[in-house]
Amino acid sequence: MTKSEIASIICDRVGLSKKESAEIVEIVLEEIKNVLASGTDVKISGFGHFMVRSKNSRRGRNPKTGEGITIEPRKVVTFRASQLVKDQLQKD
Amino acid sequence: MTKSELIDAVANANKDITRREAEVVVSTVFSAISDELANGGRIELRGFGSFSIKTRDSRTGRNPKTGESVHVPAKTVPHFKPGKELRERVDK
Repeated sequence: MTKSEIASIICDRVGLSKKESAEIVEIVLEEIKNVLASGTDVKISGFGHFMVRSKNSRRGRNPKTGEGITIEPRKVVTFRASQLVKDQLQKD
Repeated sequence: MTKSELIDAVANANKDITRREAEVVVSTVFSAISDELANGGRIELRGFGSFSIKTRDSRTGRNPKTGESVHVPAKTVPHFKPGKELRERVDK
């Protein structure tokens, strides 16, 4: 499933035009990205939480050359699905 | 940020839609994603990330309190992989 398929569902259910639906899907995703980029978590009840986590630096290895390298501290986004979504997946 | 704050932000970002419409749009985006996951599908949102499902084999676990062995059945769990743009923007 892609953005455009989500936009068609919005178009059917909300009655916005195809173009407006595509734009609004983009706005929703852009808004979430902006908030996460500012370091704030986004919690969508009934769906899940997008969390910004800080990773410490660690010793890694270049798998190709076997060379030891230091992986710098960084920030990553993790997603924790809500229990509702997890339960939905078990029904099969 | 919570779901209702996201709805407010989306409504403010696009003056052509009402808050009520923004609410339906946001809910529809997330229910479309979870429905697709429940159908075993994969959702790819360019610049944001992709949602997919992973299977976990059944295993023998242990009740940490009693030390008793318990059978943990196989299950399907949701997975989110942040896209390139989101990864780069969060780690700045």
